[in-house]
Amino acid sequence: MTGSDVTRDGLEGARPGRDAVTGEPTGRRRRRRGHGERAMVPEAEFSSYYGKPVLNRPTWKPLDIAGYLYLGGLAGASSLLAAGGQVTGRPGLARVAKLGAAGAMSLSLAALVHDLGRPARFVNMLRVFKPTSPMSLGSWLLAGYAPLAVAAAAADVTGRHRAVGAAATVGAAALGPAVATYTAVLISDTAVPSWHEGYRELPFVFAGSGATAAAGLALACAPARDTGPARRLAAAGAALELGSFRLMKRRMGLAAEPYEQGGPHRLLRSAEVLTAGGAVLATYAGRAGCRSGRARLLTTGAGAALLTGSAALRFGVFHAGVASAEDPRYTVVPQRERLEAQAQARSEDH
Amino acid sequence: MTDDTAAQAARTSVDPARGNLLFGSQPDVAGAAGYTDARPRMGFFTDTSVCIGCKACEVACKEWNAIPEDGLELTGMSYDNTQGLGADTWRHVAFIEQRKPLGGQEPGIGHEDVDVFAAAADLGTSPSSPGPGATVPEPGSVPAGAPTGAISPVAPDGRTELRWLMSSDVCKHCTHAACLDVCPTGSLFRTEFGTVVVQEDICNGCGYCVPACPYGVIDQRPDDGRAWKCTLCYDRLGTGMEPACAKACPTDSIQFGPVDELRERAATRVERLRAAGVTDARLYGEDPQDGVGGDGAFFLLLDQPEVYGLPPDPVVTTRDLPAMWRHAAAAAASLAAMAVVSFVRRAR
Repeated sequence: MTGSDVTRDGLEGARPGRDAVTGEPTGRRRRRRGHGERAMVPEAEFSSYYGKPVLNRPTWKPLDIAGYLYLGGLAGASSLLAAGGQVTGRPGLARVAKLGAAGAMSLSLAALVHDLGRPARFVNMLRVFKPTSPMSLGSWLLAGYAPLAVAAAAADVTGRHRAVGAAATVGAAALGPAVATYTAVLISDTAVPSWHEGYRELPFVFAGSGATAAAGLALACAPARDTGPARRLAAAGAALELGSFRLMKRRMGLAAEPYEQGGPHRLLRSAEVLTAGGAVLATYAGRAGCRSGRARLLTTGAGAALLTGSAALRFGVFHAGVASAEDPRYTVVPQRERLEAQAQARSEDH
Repeated sequence: MTDDTAAQAARTSVDPARGNLLFGSQPDVAGAAGYTDARPRMGFFTDTSVCIGCKACEVACKEWNAIPEDGLELTGMSYDNTQGLGADTWRHVAFIEQRKPLGGQEPGIGHEDVDVFAAAADLGTSPSSPGPGATVPEPGSVPAGAPTGAISPVAPDGRTELRWLMSSDVCKHCTHAACLDVCPTGSLFRTEFGTVVVQEDICNGCGYCVPACPYGVIDQRPDDGRAWKCTLCYDRLGTGMEPACAKACPTDSIQFGPVDELRERAATRVERLRAAGVTDARLYGEDPQDGVGGDGAFFLLLDQPEVYGLPPDPVVTTRDLPAMWRHAAAAAASLAAMAVVSFVRRAR
């Protein structure tokens, strides 16, 4: 006997086990939500089974899957910069972007295969074409995109088969935006509250984050005279990413809470600072004139900040989702409120 | 506005032969999956009002399906040391202790010929029963209001009745199963009985089904890498046998049969319980209009679902998949547009 009671008003006098996550609200947390944002959902009492989570925790390894979310965005948006650089006569920018896309995509494929419970069976991903599974569609997308990205980079580096290389560059750029944004659908199409509830805005967050990462790579590595488009892409991407992320958190209700607590909060806060700072720095260095050594240093710094910021955002989103699956509060409270709202609407109808 | 309403109508209109594909009611679940010779949909009705918490279902399931051991630990929170469903637990008996009477109970044993008052009056007079002082509390030693000098119905600590809720949880074999929808390899499939089963020779352990399940049922076996869950004993069903857990259940708390028949039986049972004064009795997962289109394995519960660790209003995540793709397409288009604009504007 534990001396605890499960009552209609929740668990009373419970002593949760070593691993139990109680999700009890604290005053400190309420204050942290501040910064002018109102708590969208009043703190609600809820019942649970000894504080155990309703959902099973995602088994994806953070380094593999959050890393893939990041590298996929970097690759997809880099392919756009590569095609743009090629068409507008910026060979330095095109080469960096092509190498970045091919490298990031190769690492992505390695991470995805490594994350499988049975890596030897990775080819089963292409066993069926299944529109209801974002992972199936994504596998087919990568099966088309990865060879194009690698061919574009190989043709650029070796200088041979230029026509094939140009065609591959254009093909990779056509698929690139899909590669960068489908990953949002991949994680939204789950029962994990903090991923699923953001399905409207998350693709835009990931599009912006991919753009800042690709721009960051170009700023850090491409010759200074070619970086004009990357600076503008960095600014636009940062605005899209930060704007839609704020909008997402405002619309999500209770499921936004994991984004504002603990480790994920720290990651997302640094992502905000690095992305905004990197974009501002890139714009400033562009105006200061691109030849001077100091401007070169600033540009490299801006690029590094943008790359790190995009990675921090992906890891923050990943860990916030895992945290929301581990706490029954984020599963039970919104569903209970939905049921009560439906019951109220029905009683008003009659 | 007109586009929206047209789209709404297209989404909510149901092909009478095939029903809804992503969510909503689906009368012929195996037929919608492509079977032309589908059998009646089979499932479980778990009536928790007669569960005695013996865990025979857990043991029978482990034995029949040769599920490996997954840790022998004592939780210290209740008699439940299994804790929840997972890769190596396909039946889980929940224990909940509540300070609440269970409602009228008939022990089912005839004592009509025994006069308890006469027997009490004999206390102390016959050698087989001790004197009144042995069982009757002294005046002043019991809470106020309790009868003294006679047999007391109130325990010395003032507690009255207590109830235990016990419930055997299992995979729900949803009408719209998120795990099946998101599986990229086709390893998860719909059987001719309308149940959902993992093909272990196909599964490559991508783990997508684990966060997709709104009930937290399916999980990945760490050393093996593949995903596992209840098969509703597909191997036994094929030869006309009932699943191992239902076979082992000594009180028929776990009932196996065609889902249509079980739904009728459940409706009758819940009415009977309510009429008998168990007003808490309710069905869970039997409604074909709910967020997963109704469960193939549904329950009669005596409290809110979340008390048993079940989600109160689960929704299949793929219900929103068309909207997700629309938003992702718009985001991809805006990414491409941003890139084009970055190049079109000439540098100063």
